[in-house]
Amino acid sequence: MAIEQISRRSFIKTTGTAGLALWLGLSAEGSTRKTTNIATAKNFSPFILVEDNGNITIYNIKPEMGQGTFQSVPAVIAEEFEVSLDRVTIKNTSGEPEFGHGQRAGGSSSIRTGYNDYRKIGAAARMVFIAAAANRWQVSPDNCYADNGKVFNKANNQSFTYGELVEDAAKIDPPKEPKLKDPKDFKIVGKMSHRPDIPLKTCGKAQFGIDVQVPGMVYASVQRCPVIGGTLKSFDASETLKMPGVLKVVKAERIVGNYRYTGVAVIANSWWAAQQARKKLKIDWNYEGYDNFNSEDYEEHLRKLADEEGIIDKNIGDVTKVNVSPQNTVEAFYETPMVAHSPMEPMNAVAHVQGDKLEIWTSTQVPSSVTGNSPNELPKLMGFAPENVKMHNMFVGGGFGRRLYLDYMTEAVNIAKQYDKPVKLIWSREDTTQCGPFRPMTFSKLGGGFSDDGKLVTFTHKVISPSLSESARPNFDKTKVDGSMVEGIGEQDYQIPNIKTSYVRADYHVPLAAWRSVTSSTLAFAHECFIDELAHKAGKDPLDFRMSLLASDSDTMRIFKKLREVSNWDQPLGERRGRGVGQWKFFAGQCAQVVEVTHKPDGTIKVDRVYAVIDLGVAVNPDNVANHTEGAVVMALTAATKPAITMGEGKVMQHNFYDNTMVRINEVPQVEVHILTGEGKIKGVGEPGLPPFAPALANAIFAATGKRIRKMPFELKV
Amino acid sequence: MITLNINQKDYQVDADPDMPLLWAIRDLVGLTGTKFGCGVAQCGACVVHLNGEAVRSCVTKVSRAAGQKIVTIEGLSQNNDHPLQIAWNEANVPQCGYCHSGQIMSAAVLLRENPNPTDEDIDMAMSGNICRCGTYLRIRKAIHLAAEMQRKESSSR
Repeated sequence: MAIEQISRRSFIKTTGTAGLALWLGLSAEGSTRKTTNIATAKNFSPFILVEDNGNITIYNIKPEMGQGTFQSVPAVIAEEFEVSLDRVTIKNTSGEPEFGHGQRAGGSSSIRTGYNDYRKIGAAARMVFIAAAANRWQVSPDNCYADNGKVFNKANNQSFTYGELVEDAAKIDPPKEPKLKDPKDFKIVGKMSHRPDIPLKTCGKAQFGIDVQVPGMVYASVQRCPVIGGTLKSFDASETLKMPGVLKVVKAERIVGNYRYTGVAVIANSWWAAQQARKKLKIDWNYEGYDNFNSEDYEEHLRKLADEEGIIDKNIGDVTKVNVSPQNTVEAFYETPMVAHSPMEPMNAVAHVQGDKLEIWTSTQVPSSVTGNSPNELPKLMGFAPENVKMHNMFVGGGFGRRLYLDYMTEAVNIAKQYDKPVKLIWSREDTTQCGPFRPMTFSKLGGGFSDDGKLVTFTHKVISPSLSESARPNFDKTKVDGSMVEGIGEQDYQIPNIKTSYVRADYHVPLAAWRSVTSSTLAFAHECFIDELAHKAGKDPLDFRMSLLASDSDTMRIFKKLREVSNWDQPLGERRGRGVGQWKFFAGQCAQVVEVTHKPDGTIKVDRVYAVIDLGVAVNPDNVANHTEGAVVMALTAATKPAITMGEGKVMQHNFYDNTMVRINEVPQVEVHILTGEGKIKGVGEPGLPPFAPALANAIFAATGKRIRKMPFELKV
Repeated sequence: MITLNINQKDYQVDADPDMPLLWAIRDLVGLTGTKFGCGVAQCGACVVHLNGEAVRSCVTKVSRAAGQKIVTIEGLSQNNDHPLQIAWNEANVPQCGYCHSGQIMSAAVLLRENPNPTDEDIDMAMSGNICRCGTYLRIRKAIHLAAEMQRKESSSR
């Protein structure tokens, strides 16, 4: 067997492979594959590398942004491969074509969509090594088993390590349909706790994008037009160039979705110097009329648009043909705001352009789009051949959807094109708060009607909002409903004979983004608060009312039964206390919550406790699921009760954490998380904990005070 | 040139005296465990110890820190084994992890001054540190855990 010399990419070099190495993974079509020469493999996404020196590396293709993929993805592979995770080297991939186009994390999808593939890869690898050992022993593979990185002969308990078997394993084709383990035999999945990235994060060793240091690196800070939509007329950098450490001042274009903005970048020998010198720039902007824009007027515009018919999203039965008497109807209007993602790691990237080659270090949710070849991926956007782009993805200091977008990279690359050294661009906190893209606001007009015998027979939900797809994606068709803006509202398990959901699109000029749980983060508030209003109208307990609308075998019914039990729903709360319920089912998954509050004598509302039931099918690391659901509650509490992003004279009015405030440790409720596994399909973890919280909180406040809340953000005071 | 004593080692840095300590530590000395979060003492990601006190390095001028004893997350313990670091691992506190250098550095001062903090003490001491992932309940739990470890350690001595 010839020894393969592999040196095309640094990640291969760093494995230190001297001897024979076997790569196992999946083809683009999803069939299991192997190769000993990754440099020439085509359309093959390797996940496992076994070397004849015994080293095993598992590649995690899902960027680690806190959701735990650095553990969960390798864990599922290791489970089937019968190797303990602590003797495996885990590596995050960086958009290398060898690792395929699935190198992206969003939509709570890493386990939800990858679980079966990861199992298949691990199982195929296990069977290859078992077959190799069986050949050596001249026995049937059935007489062998794998455990802890070795293959054992059942007859005599002899064993070979995987490393010892690499050469033989390389000759065996992986099975097309590998035999998966019985989940009851799992040793890792569902049983793990400690995440391997945590020790790196308690001693300062974890490297985030902002931590990258490249020899010769210089720093940049960009002044962008404070009025969103404004353009650069001219600038005078003479005072800036006199400031210490300043090297150059250049124009810098940033591409965010369908918008292009030009700012002025100061390049200096430290970021602090660049930041100081930026203040001395004299820039003449053309505001293009956007300086007349303010949030109040736009909200009024959205309220008026609510009278339009809109585009039908979903039509069940016919709401117009049901005879509902006026006294049996309920109508309500709900409003939610724009918010920023505000990850703790400000936006940043290091870019180095040398001729037609680009090297980029950053933290992103979408490494595949940094090296991909579609028109809207970084290489083509910036004029590079994809094979000339090399990226290094770092630990991500918070994504929440913000790092699905390439804009900060386009800006860094444009600056780097104008300087002959690597450039580290860092956005200040103010830049990160004010420049977008933002979660769009949604306004909701809802209606419900009861029959004379008290059955809910009609339900309408019309969404009025700017369009996320129009902002972020090419060639959006305005005549069609933007599915991302009506997310979930036609998918709930409630059985109502006549349902109509619809969408009215509003023009907008501010760049928009998916924000953790996307539009469910706002629509669930309107939808589930309105269900509560209907329960009130029907004179029923809010949970009883919801359960009365559900089929007994629905996921939501199963979740509610658990929630009813764990939240002690049927035990009365004391004086001045209230509880509310909310649930949400959407593409990412499903969770329901009960929130308990106390209405204090001074009028303030204390959020006491949250019970969350999340439905998963499988929980790879249950404690990590709990951590994320607790965190989702905290993020949802911030979105529900802290100031939103608002605009005045065309500018974002919030700046930094003093006015774009976040929930802090002294404000968090107790959170009790219950995980449902074993039934139903595999669902996501990262996002589903958010949508149910705001409606459950608002419904709890109604229960405690009688005040109905129909606008986010709201004050915790009645 | 300014001399900075960081984690018991002297570094000569060529810094403007007004440069915040944060950028001297990160960009001039090259220790990147201390994080930039807000630049205006609002989030606590940049907390380091200056003569044993928790300070926001993003608003502390490097001239003020010259010659003083600075400890960053990298110098909190030799082997990632400060009771807080052990507890942070035990309680699986971090998610993205970006804010936790600052969280741990703030908590270390709390624990030294108050070996037996209540929830209220913890809230008081830690409310200057933002965690956008929302790991606060676990931060509280880990501080209690570390306090317990510290008490056991001192009683076994």
